[in-house]
Amino acid sequence: MTSSTIVLALAVFGASAVEMVEALTIVTAAGVTRGWRSAIEGSLVATVVLAALVLVVGVPLARLVPIDVLRVVIGALLLVLGLDWLRKAVLRASGHKALHDEDAIYAKTVAELSGTAGAAGEEAPVAMTARGSWRRGPRDATGFTVAFKGVFLEGMEVVLIVITLGASSGHLALASCAAAAAAVVVSFVGYLVARQLSEVPENWLKLAVGIMLTSFGVFWVGEGAGVHWPGSDLWILVLVGVFAATAALLSLAMRRTAPSRGPVAAGTGQRS
Amino acid sequence: MTAIVRALEAFAKFWKDFLIGDAPELLVGTLVFVGAALLLRHRGDVAVVVLPLIVIAFLAGSVFRGRATP
Repeated sequence: MTSSTIVLALAVFGASAVEMVEALTIVTAAGVTRGWRSAIEGSLVATVVLAALVLVVGVPLARLVPIDVLRVVIGALLLVLGLDWLRKAVLRASGHKALHDEDAIYAKTVAELSGTAGAAGEEAPVAMTARGSWRRGPRDATGFTVAFKGVFLEGMEVVLIVITLGASSGHLALASCAAAAAAVVVSFVGYLVARQLSEVPENWLKLAVGIMLTSFGVFWVGEGAGVHWPGSDLWILVLVGVFAATAALLSLAMRRTAPSRGPVAAGTGQRS
Repeated sequence: MTAIVRALEAFAKFWKDFLIGDAPELLVGTLVFVGAALLLRHRGDVAVVVLPLIVIAFLAGSVFRGRATP
């Protein structure tokens, strides 16, 4: 396994973990308010649909489209996505943008779902708290839909990353496995704690993934256009270093002009 | 038919949010980058320096544009 393959697997794993943490918040809120059976079923159906998308879109892309065209187009998509993640992570780390708050999102979703039951004149199904009994719980259309949409929408970025990184590097299976591994890890941890994962250092993860996606985007567009990067795949590591240094310098520079947002844990950019 | 139209609208919205979102300059920067890569593909020594600099310039500009103003 080359260094670029390892970085690729890490990028996909990291990106998938971040999106799955956000999806877990929504699924947990749906499970607590509308019943775990529908929340889990909605999540599983969304996962199957996303996996099918990877097969239906990713495999033909990798096999039918000329590799240079694929690398330029997909590299450009990766670059747009990577720069967006990097931009937001730098703004959050420097205090110019609020950190992603899973607790607040969870509370908002719970409030909305609890309000839906009363407004429709129906009673929300009793949420089963015992994990082993979720299969026997009642079904609820709202809970199913909310969980499905949450997992599907968060998962679409993962599918995009899996297809772009996997197809352009010829490692679609590896990228898929890395994404699946992240989904399993986050789901397992979520199952154990049975709540949203607000302690995950999301902004650090997004910063790291943004750096890697940007590096891959630059590398693949260059390769597809015909640029010869020194050291071939090893140049990805150089690009990772360059963009990591850029992100660090930008964060430091922007911190000086950040409006006061309250205490931030030193050295992490995470709110205390 | 309505379901198909809604699905197409959702699909278009996904791509618009993905490509443009609240930072359209990143899409512009990417297109400039792709153009530069194609132009410099036979000048590897120049491309290796100029291409990452283009990305850094657009990223810095976008971060500065996205800063919170009091």
